[in-house]
Amino acid sequence: MSAPAGTRVAFTFEGEALEALAGQTVAAALLAAGHRTLRTTRVGDRPRGMFCGIGACWDCLVVHNGVPGVRACLQPVADGDRVERQGGAGPPR
Amino acid sequence: MSERADLVVVGAGMVGAACAYEAARAGLDVHVVDRGAIASGTTGAGEGNVLVSDKPPGPELDLAVRSAARWRELEHELPTAFELEPKGGVVTAWATAGLQALRALAAEQATAGVVAHDVSDGALWELEPALSRELAGGLHYPGDLQVQPMLACAALLRGARAHGARVTPRCAVEAVERDGAGRVVAVRTSQGRIACDAVLVAAGAWSPAIAALAGATLDVRPRRGFVLVTEPLPPLVHHKVYAAEYVADVASAAAALQTSPVVEGTRSGTVLIGASRELVGFDPAMPVEVLARLAAGAVRLFPALRGVRVMRAYRGFRPFCPDHLPAIGPDAEVEGLWHACGHEGAGIGLAPATAEVLVAGLTGAPSPVDPAPFAPARLQGALAA
Repeated sequence: MSAPAGTRVAFTFEGEALEALAGQTVAAALLAAGHRTLRTTRVGDRPRGMFCGIGACWDCLVVHNGVPGVRACLQPVADGDRVERQGGAGPPR
Repeated sequence: MSERADLVVVGAGMVGAACAYEAARAGLDVHVVDRGAIASGTTGAGEGNVLVSDKPPGPELDLAVRSAARWRELEHELPTAFELEPKGGVVTAWATAGLQALRALAAEQATAGVVAHDVSDGALWELEPALSRELAGGLHYPGDLQVQPMLACAALLRGARAHGARVTPRCAVEAVERDGAGRVVAVRTSQGRIACDAVLVAAGAWSPAIAALAGATLDVRPRRGFVLVTEPLPPLVHHKVYAAEYVADVASAAAALQTSPVVEGTRSGTVLIGASRELVGFDPAMPVEVLARLAAGAVRLFPALRGVRVMRAYRGFRPFCPDHLPAIGPDAEVEGLWHACGHEGAGIGLAPATAEVLVAGLTGAPSPVDPAPFAPARLQGALAA
């Protein structure tokens, strides 16, 4: 269920309280808040974030409400969402 | 563009690359051309399988055994790495009848030097903890390998170049020139003419069109297949795992759709899921119902795959010969024309030994396996309707 345009939505990233505009994706809201690193790689623990921005590259993966492997660039923020960086391939699905 | 070579290799896929490498090592002046980028045909559309497990005894298995050994040598010989993984294969059976057929096949394969262990007593689930507990059992083949096909193709071509070969991608062959006696003397390409003593047709499913430029026919047909690629996962599948029906599908000549599950992990964490076979010409469509069958087969083998997302699917055309052996050797009629194509789904695995057989034919050196069963003549002349 989406809120009217312009409404602010509350969510957390790594425990930090943040706001997004209604309709914004997780990746866009995090970028607006200055967060570019969304996960670390399976090999070498290197930082990764949004790359293609259109859901094709599978690089912007986050853990969204406990579910790993969610593409942040496609996932709209809902009120109360809990987003965390994904370490490696994350927990088993 | 250099204007002369001893051997022009048409096709920069795995078989062309392997042949270029062996020929350059043997001292021939080699020029590889491809209408596209390297590995842009079927080589880039498979899984990088090097299998001895899925072949009944015969010439193809002999070639495969020699070729798997040669891949292990190439890991140390070629200038760049290609993720060679001696991961081994696991072949599963849902019912006792299938398991008995597997055991019988393994006993025959043993006469060709293929090692298989029956792991039906529980060791199967030590090898692959995520496999369905409803399986009747299976066999473990430690001799199966996997390579990354694009990297391996590039490594072979780099090796060829280190021995003086030239590689020209985006260079389409437009004509094959023959002299008054019918002997090949040159190729004309989109980037110029190359005079040569020999032309090797290594264009996979597209080989008949190249052979036709030289006035030759070759019965190689495209056999379409798909691979699903899952999202990256924590380690789940440790070997190449497939169901026993796969062997029958590979060996059949049926035109209609055949699917049987093939599942393996990759170093990047994705899981590759196959395998389908259809004779539909070069139809590039990707029917969702076929992809759904592949997914269902994989989930039945590995229930933990249920709900895992598929990032993408890709499609390739295996080069299929009616007797299921590749064509390796001289053209039946056209002097100076050679063939190395028609490996169906085994081109990656069979490429190194194919190159050895082919170059032995070119130079008169001893061949590691008897070349007679692979003679192109059996696929030439008037095509069957």
